[in-house]
Amino acid sequence: MAQDDHSGAELVAADSSHAAPEFAGSRGTVVVPYDAFENPGFEPHRPRVTDEDPEREKRAQRTVYTLFYLSILGSVWAIAAYILFPMEGNDVGDVRLNNMFVGLGATLALLGLGFGAVHWGKSLMTSAESIDTRHPIGSTETTKQGAVEVFRQADEESGFSRRSVIRNSLIGALLVFPLPAVVLFRGLAPQDEHPVELLSHTMWKQGTRLALDPSGIPIKASDVTIGSAFHVIPEGLNELGHGRLEEKAKAAVLLMRLNPDELNEAADRASWSYDGIVAYSKICTHVGCPVALYEQHTHHLLCPCHQSQFDVANHCEVIFGPAARALPQLPIAIDDEGYLIAQSDFTEPVGPSFWERH
Amino acid sequence: MSTTSTQAPAPAKRSFTAGAADYLNDRTGIAVAIKGLGRKAFPDHWSFLLGEVALFSFIVILVTGTFLTFFFQASMAEVEYDGSYVPLKGVEMSVAMASTLDISFDIRGGLFVRQMHHWAALLFIAAIGLHMLRVFFTGAFRKPREINWVFGFVLFILAMGEGFTGYSLPDDLLSGNGLRIIDGMVKGMPIIGTWTSFLLFGGEFPGTAIVGRLYTLHILLLPLILLALIAVHVGYVFIHKHTQFAGPGREVTNSVGPPILPIYAAKAGGFMFIVWGVIALIAALFTINPIWNYGPYDPSPVSAGTQPDWYIGFADGALRLIPPGWEFVLFDRTWSFNILVPLIGLGLFILVVLSYPFIEAFVTGDKREHHIADRPRNAPTRTAIGAAGVTFYAGLWAAAASDILATHFMLTMEGVIHALQATVIIGPFIAYFISL
Repeated sequence: MAQDDHSGAELVAADSSHAAPEFAGSRGTVVVPYDAFENPGFEPHRPRVTDEDPEREKRAQRTVYTLFYLSILGSVWAIAAYILFPMEGNDVGDVRLNNMFVGLGATLALLGLGFGAVHWGKSLMTSAESIDTRHPIGSTETTKQGAVEVFRQADEESGFSRRSVIRNSLIGALLVFPLPAVVLFRGLAPQDEHPVELLSHTMWKQGTRLALDPSGIPIKASDVTIGSAFHVIPEGLNELGHGRLEEKAKAAVLLMRLNPDELNEAADRASWSYDGIVAYSKICTHVGCPVALYEQHTHHLLCPCHQSQFDVANHCEVIFGPAARALPQLPIAIDDEGYLIAQSDFTEPVGPSFWERH
Repeated sequence: MSTTSTQAPAPAKRSFTAGAADYLNDRTGIAVAIKGLGRKAFPDHWSFLLGEVALFSFIVILVTGTFLTFFFQASMAEVEYDGSYVPLKGVEMSVAMASTLDISFDIRGGLFVRQMHHWAALLFIAAIGLHMLRVFFTGAFRKPREINWVFGFVLFILAMGEGFTGYSLPDDLLSGNGLRIIDGMVKGMPIIGTWTSFLLFGGEFPGTAIVGRLYTLHILLLPLILLALIAVHVGYVFIHKHTQFAGPGREVTNSVGPPILPIYAAKAGGFMFIVWGVIALIAALFTINPIWNYGPYDPSPVSAGTQPDWYIGFADGALRLIPPGWEFVLFDRTWSFNILVPLIGLGLFILVVLSYPFIEAFVTGDKREHHIADRPRNAPTRTAIGAAGVTFYAGLWAAAASDILATHFMLTMEGVIHALQATVIIGPFIAYFISL
């Protein structure tokens, strides 16, 4: 290990033959290289210009109090700006002005104080350094023995070691008494609901119309041109008074129409699409972000959070990224009026994986 | 200011300060502390300021945060926004989001305080990170300071927790997506995942409980632990005395520097105001977290290029680097290794950093006390290990911006991810051998 011309001091000091015998007691098995560099001792104190030139000292003094006065000015200005730049209309510009001028006033108040104090310390206060002596952090052997003796005496007087039945029952009681407090936290979630049950179902059921997100207007199959994509929610979602976001977090769907020739459909799912129109869960199977970006010419869906990519032409299988499962497909059909409807709920849980999923 | 003492035998004239000091000392014995600490030497080096930046920005966070609590309402009840920001008028959103908008658009100076709070939080975590690097590369974590390294590192983790709980509170689109990711990660944990998420969110995601719960963590539990640990952390600096760099007259047996009173007090006190002033300046001029552009949380929309605050980036990046297919069903249960590997990997990384002082002491067999800061070039193995760690972290961090890197530099998404996978796995070894 190379040594520069400074670090010798530490090693010399740590060596038992040198200055600090009190630090030498416990150096472990480390090999301390010998370094012959002698500590040259403190350099003579160097005066600053403000120590020697009264003119410079005066100037420094002026600078310091000017900075403090500027600070007062800044505080006053911040209060004035609070009054002078109200935010009464609906104008975002007012907010900007208020923020900037109150802020700049506060900045001046704080920086004036700060630079003033630092400049005072650096240029005018006596610059001599203090020297403290360090002692090993651990207590002396006598003190240690004293502490050991205290414990021994307390043990003897209480019988903590001797009366082992009392001691062990105490330890047992101490271990058990916090448990009721832990149990109380069960109340964080509703008692009458089960997460696996809830995660396995969405709002979609047979006949639910596919509606536009966020307006809730039902979609006709004839409105979906080839190459287009729609953000979809189940009809009736917006009318839910309670639990709307929870349902939306599971039921959000992406609807795309591909040229039927480009769609490679598995035999058992051939009836799940309608004339090249397919619907897939929008909730990423990785950690649940909305898979919102559709690249029309490659038929790829991209999740903007962690860049998982899904191939719409192949049942939204994962082609890149950390997601492991294809996006669940919503089986769709059309009703008598030509509106797109769901054939059923999703046939598997949507969204991120969870332990009980199988 | 002076006053005449009426209590008989004392000298006739006595200053008010002397009287007040006497009064205090007779009831507290404070003179011992002043005499003992007032002239303590505080070694001087620019890099010793990094921890101070963290401390001072924490004070800003406490003060501005307290102000914000007077206006913020941590409720997820739905309201129709009716504040001054015209583009969102009439939009359904949670009370949390609406009150954050009110702080920004209807309370004079509110936006300034909110921006100070957020900028100070970023500075807090950045300063802790740099402070840790300084302590690491100069070996200032060695005996007797190992335990304080652990406390400091726990503070770093807690600060990130504060950051995450804080930016989740406004219940806007960006923070909602952040919570969605947390929910997905929690659900991916074996055995406890599903129920943990259910308990955390008070039912199904997103529920109506999470903002209130995070608020309790953000303004009560975490700050309390942070404050206590900061007190212990700084207390240890007094017990150990600060490390110093070697120099003429500076040895392991002494501590040389300006005395606390007056020079250190003037310089550190002044520096405190400078840090505050810089935060105020940034908050006055630069917008941060414009939630009014994101809108309220909705599980369906998300914009491209969504990013967490930078300090969460390494965790987000770790998620992005997992190749497809690391999840399977075994024994009728789902094993999400695409979540578990980042969680365990980062957990191990944190554990290694946390226990590094003990590992190094064990390997070198060094049981001496150290008070002289190493120059990194004089401890090449440690410096190389540090470089490897920084490379690992930087690779994960860059991965959190993989989409931005791809679009800005016209690269393919796949190319960026593969390059960063290589960086995270091979990069640390290259960094180690180059530095050594």
